[in-house]
Amino acid sequence: MSILIHNDTKVVCQGITGNSGKFHTKHMLEYGTKMVAGVTPGKGGIRIYDIPVFDSVKEAVEKTGCDTSIIYVPAPFAADAIIEAVEAGISLVICITEGIPVIDMLKVKTYLTTKSARLIGPNCPGVITPGQSKIGIMPGYIHRPGPVGVVSRSGTLTYEAVWQLTQRNIGQSTCLGIGGDPVIGTSFIDVLKLFQADYDTLAIVLIGEIGGSAEEEAAEFIKKEVTKPVVSFVAGLTAPAGKRMGHAGAIISGGKGTVKEKVSCLRDAGVVVVDNPADIGETIEKVMRQK
Amino acid sequence: MKLYEYQAKEILCKHKIKVPHGVVVTDTETIAEAYGNFEDKKCVIKAQVHAGGRGKGGGIKIARTAEEAKRFTSEMIGSRLITPQTGNKGIKVKKILVEEALDIKKELYLAISIDRSTFTPIIMCSTEGGMEIEEVASKSPGKITKERIDPIMGIYGFQARKIAHDLGLTGQLLVEAAQFIANLYEVFLVNDCSLLEINPLVLTSKEEIVALDVKMDIDDNALFRHKEFLQMRDFSEDDATEGKATESGLSYIGLEGNIGCLVNGAGLAMATMDIIKFYGGMPANFLDVGGDAPVERVTTAFELIFSDQKVKGVLVNIFGGIMKCDIVAEGIIQAVRKVGIHVPLVVRLEGTNVRVAKKILDNSELNMIVAESMRDAAEKIVRAVNDKE
Repeated sequence: MSILIHNDTKVVCQGITGNSGKFHTKHMLEYGTKMVAGVTPGKGGIRIYDIPVFDSVKEAVEKTGCDTSIIYVPAPFAADAIIEAVEAGISLVICITEGIPVIDMLKVKTYLTTKSARLIGPNCPGVITPGQSKIGIMPGYIHRPGPVGVVSRSGTLTYEAVWQLTQRNIGQSTCLGIGGDPVIGTSFIDVLKLFQADYDTLAIVLIGEIGGSAEEEAAEFIKKEVTKPVVSFVAGLTAPAGKRMGHAGAIISGGKGTVKEKVSCLRDAGVVVVDNPADIGETIEKVMRQK
Repeated sequence: MKLYEYQAKEILCKHKIKVPHGVVVTDTETIAEAYGNFEDKKCVIKAQVHAGGRGKGGGIKIARTAEEAKRFTSEMIGSRLITPQTGNKGIKVKKILVEEALDIKKELYLAISIDRSTFTPIIMCSTEGGMEIEEVASKSPGKITKERIDPIMGIYGFQARKIAHDLGLTGQLLVEAAQFIANLYEVFLVNDCSLLEINPLVLTSKEEIVALDVKMDIDDNALFRHKEFLQMRDFSEDDATEGKATESGLSYIGLEGNIGCLVNGAGLAMATMDIIKFYGGMPANFLDVGGDAPVERVTTAFELIFSDQKVKGVLVNIFGGIMKCDIVAEGIIQAVRKVGIHVPLVVRLEGTNVRVAKKILDNSELNMIVAESMRDAAEKIVRAVNDKE
């Protein structure tokens, strides 16, 4: 088992004719992901890597039965693309797009409260269930199937953590980035719930960073609900206050959102927090041996 | 992106929000004329910088004569203003806002920002205006009230009236304040603000509600639909290097240490800074080269790193996803040819096209230290830099 995506997940790519949409569709196909449709308004009727392209998500759902969408649509149009997917009946929307205005996302977020569909991201690397399905921009070869669930606010730092696991022959159940923006569809807590309920996930890696209070909220949830071991690293100990560190959400403001605060909450919840990001793999190995 | 007080006040005016009468001056010549326009011969001289705490740093002064107005202006213009929020170097003052001095009866606080835990705009108010809200929050948190706004429906009339009530206003003033609050929310929304703070919001002896000072931050992600703000952008006040980085699509922030970092992805970039410190070094910068960076951007990144004279070594840490390692390798070689590298360079590459990249670097016969992992890379650069010192 795994969480969110698996062998039979049928994927539509919104923005398939753009540069990144096209590039990553090729890599997802090569990984074995069931890419069944693409959408670019005005380009309906053509084929990309033999995948049919439609003018709307609704049409793609009707003709191909796709249930999951990956979005590469440019930022000014991305909020619309998310809502289009949900309205068409897509149950899992993964939005890679970076740079969506916060106010657009607040509206999307409010809209989603009345829907059952789940949004991952935006500004995230996507989701991968190693050996089954890759819906995102992560390099496939660094992963291997196994028992560790990985969840992160970052992209490349997730790859780093995964690579440390794989090099120690420790595989992953599902890995995902929830996104570096201040307003995101799925929180750490949502993912922790899924990992806790998933039989094949035996341990969890949680990678946080400065800004907001997602790690503090996750810690509170872990304390109450998570029985599986959790190893964590929080990036940004050396980040100066008041500066936005690349990610729109990564900023220490008014003394809030610091690494110190987050780490102390996580440790208090029984999470093994490493100070050195190179120790993630080793620490998971130790923790799992103890189990 | 931060706006200057005078720019923000121009926007408030357009939305029928009352601000003090004022003129922007850039030299002492124009101040005399500006001063002549104020009725009661009393005015406030306010330095225009992107930082709070100006009063404490001498950036806000009250002038009672034309000579005083001229003297304060000439002292401020061109000087470096140091406030609790600017750091030791301070910020150079290039513009001054001269405003009428109001007769203030009451100072209040009103702000709109984004609440990251409920994902809604949030309006905060307090009867304790004029001091920093963080201070109020720690001393008397009961004096701050909050109202969450539905991002789709917008602000309801009753919500605006509740905030006005919480500000201690009654009668006709309550009705007027409610309109003021509704207008302010409109400013927040149509300009894609991330913060809109009126501190203080004042009640004058003439029973008028006026925005005495305003802080307005715009969501960088929304700048594509606000071209008017791009023209207001003023990099000369920010770190010039950070400005150059933004123009070339890089994310760069200068720090105090001596080890330059070139990384892809914000999370990994922060982790790289952290691991340098873990092994006893200090990072000179945060630098995220971005996703699909072309060779030129990698070269620019190197130029930025070396424009910092403190840099005694460079660590390249790339985990290629969208970013292809061979592009980074080409960028390194071009940069070395262009700017030359006279300090230790440690390179760690992993991910997309890593084999090709390693071959490119091997063939270049470049003087660099290759690292096999993030740990290896951090240990090597810290050792190399410390050995030299």
